[in-house]
Amino acid sequence: MTSTSSRVDFSKSRRFGAWYVAEHELHRVPTYKWSMLTTAIGSPLLYLLAFGVGLATLIKSGGSAGIDGVSYAQFVIPAFLCAGAIGTATEEFTFGVLLGFKWNETYLGMNAGPITPRQIAGGHILFTILRMTVTSGIFLIIAMAFGAIRFPQGLLVLPIAVLGGLGFGIPIAAYSTTIREDRGQFAVIGRTVVLPMTLFSGTVFPITQLPIWLQWIGWISPLWHSTQLARDAAYGHAEPGWLTLVHIVVLVALIAVGAAVQVHLTVKRLNR
Amino acid sequence: MFRVSRASAVSPRVEPVPSAVIEAVELVKTYQTTNAVDGISFEVAPGESFGLLGPNGAGKSTTMRMVGAVSTRTSGRLSILGMDPNENGPEIRSQLGVVPQTDNLDTELRVRENLLVYGRYFGIPRAVVAKRADELLEFAQLSDRAKAKVDDLSGGMKRRLTIARALVNEPRILLLDEPTTGLDPQARHILWDRLFRLKEQGTTLLLTTHYMDEAEQLCDRLVVVDKGRIMAQGSPASLIREYSTREVVELRFGSEKNQDAATTLAGVGERIEVLPDRVLIYAHDGEAALAEAIHRKLEPITSLVRRSSLEDVFLRLTGRSLIE
Repeated sequence: MTSTSSRVDFSKSRRFGAWYVAEHELHRVPTYKWSMLTTAIGSPLLYLLAFGVGLATLIKSGGSAGIDGVSYAQFVIPAFLCAGAIGTATEEFTFGVLLGFKWNETYLGMNAGPITPRQIAGGHILFTILRMTVTSGIFLIIAMAFGAIRFPQGLLVLPIAVLGGLGFGIPIAAYSTTIREDRGQFAVIGRTVVLPMTLFSGTVFPITQLPIWLQWIGWISPLWHSTQLARDAAYGHAEPGWLTLVHIVVLVALIAVGAAVQVHLTVKRLNR
Repeated sequence: MFRVSRASAVSPRVEPVPSAVIEAVELVKTYQTTNAVDGISFEVAPGESFGLLGPNGAGKSTTMRMVGAVSTRTSGRLSILGMDPNENGPEIRSQLGVVPQTDNLDTELRVRENLLVYGRYFGIPRAVVAKRADELLEFAQLSDRAKAKVDDLSGGMKRRLTIARALVNEPRILLLDEPTTGLDPQARHILWDRLFRLKEQGTTLLLTTHYMDEAEQLCDRLVVVDKGRIMAQGSPASLIREYSTREVVELRFGSEKNQDAATTLAGVGERIEVLPDRVLIYAHDGEAALAEAIHRKLEPITSLVRRSSLEDVFLRLTGRSLIE
């Protein structure tokens, strides 16, 4: 029956295992590529239309010179780009993770082969980075074409948005790994975490507009940190250097701690 | 120096004992306070087909997971292909094929794609995986379904695809956890045929089952497991010889009357077993035992004389049926 020698190479599994996991997930993309691309292209157009044309006229008629000295669309677009990346990450690190552990059990299949739990967790992160790069990249190109984000400095918005997506998504992935039964936890995360975060992270108005007792939401929010970094790249707003550093440190710390916990929990869950 | 003379090649020699590919010594797995596996020892030789037979919850799947290097043992010694799964788990797994109890195919991929992505995990070049996938689809009789969605396959086809996937790396050992549970009789026979071919080609098989007919068909040697312990081991035939008689008479009198009938039957055959729905007479000559029962004026609703099976061995060892 089987004449072809399989040429198993364990050293390649050990080195590229995480990539093989990402490659596996890329194979699934054709089944949902149209919904992914429609969302990736449609949502920036909607935002530009609503905020660049609609809301902007209202805000201008209020008499202000805009926020940060730029138009309202320029102010708000980097935030939506970052929020979009977080949305993609949230999807992959909630449903995507439970799909592998429970609904499809593909993680068990990978782990039955030479792939380690660390490579499984890492491979899913790798795939999510690729997905965010594509969807946020499309958003960025459209925003630049409309002049909402400057070129070339604005290109930095892309890695910043990805960083923000991971800063929020990887700790969520760790939580998802602890879920045994789906009792609507992900819907709860959407309403009690993602929604308030989006509203109070300086997304559609500066965080300083909030009373001081609500500003802490921004400070712990990966979205605020990535949005502020993205604005710096998109139009160069005046933020002190130390604050820029804080944004980066917070995001990197969330990713590092989140990933360590996520790997630990994946090892624990797969070793039965 | 003298050269080794040709004569030495024909002189009586000790058949070299092939080193075991699986060696388990006093294997224990504890969950919280219960020992799911409670001191199991066995060895599997290369090319051998070895079975773990026992009811649900006997510890078969837990043993399989430890052998499959995805579950850390609590104590005992375990060597797979000469390596310790605690130390070399991924490397061991690169040489195993695993068919789990529930299929974990990727239902978002097509049939052939499932083989392609899985082959990559073993570091096999893309072109080689593609060629091998086609051969395996042929072997699994799924060539015409290559582009089908996994969810559109029947239970038996999914099972065959899972087996094909497990063979993508030409494993040195194939682990099968209850390969035919939940399949209809026809699908089971197709699967047995495929597994038998693998066995003929010299693939080492380790399988768990609670079907005695499956164990009898596929296993060279097996252990009977109950409550995490080994009750007996040997070839199916030797186990039957040791723990049962050649034949069995099954008599049904109706649930109320079985016990009374058993009393009347005292002394017939070697041994009498009363089950809720029937009475079993273990005897070397089943027909003679049945004649004796009729002679004692018993009127069973149905009667059946058959050869002893592993089911009888299990009943003898544990006092319970395999499938409750």
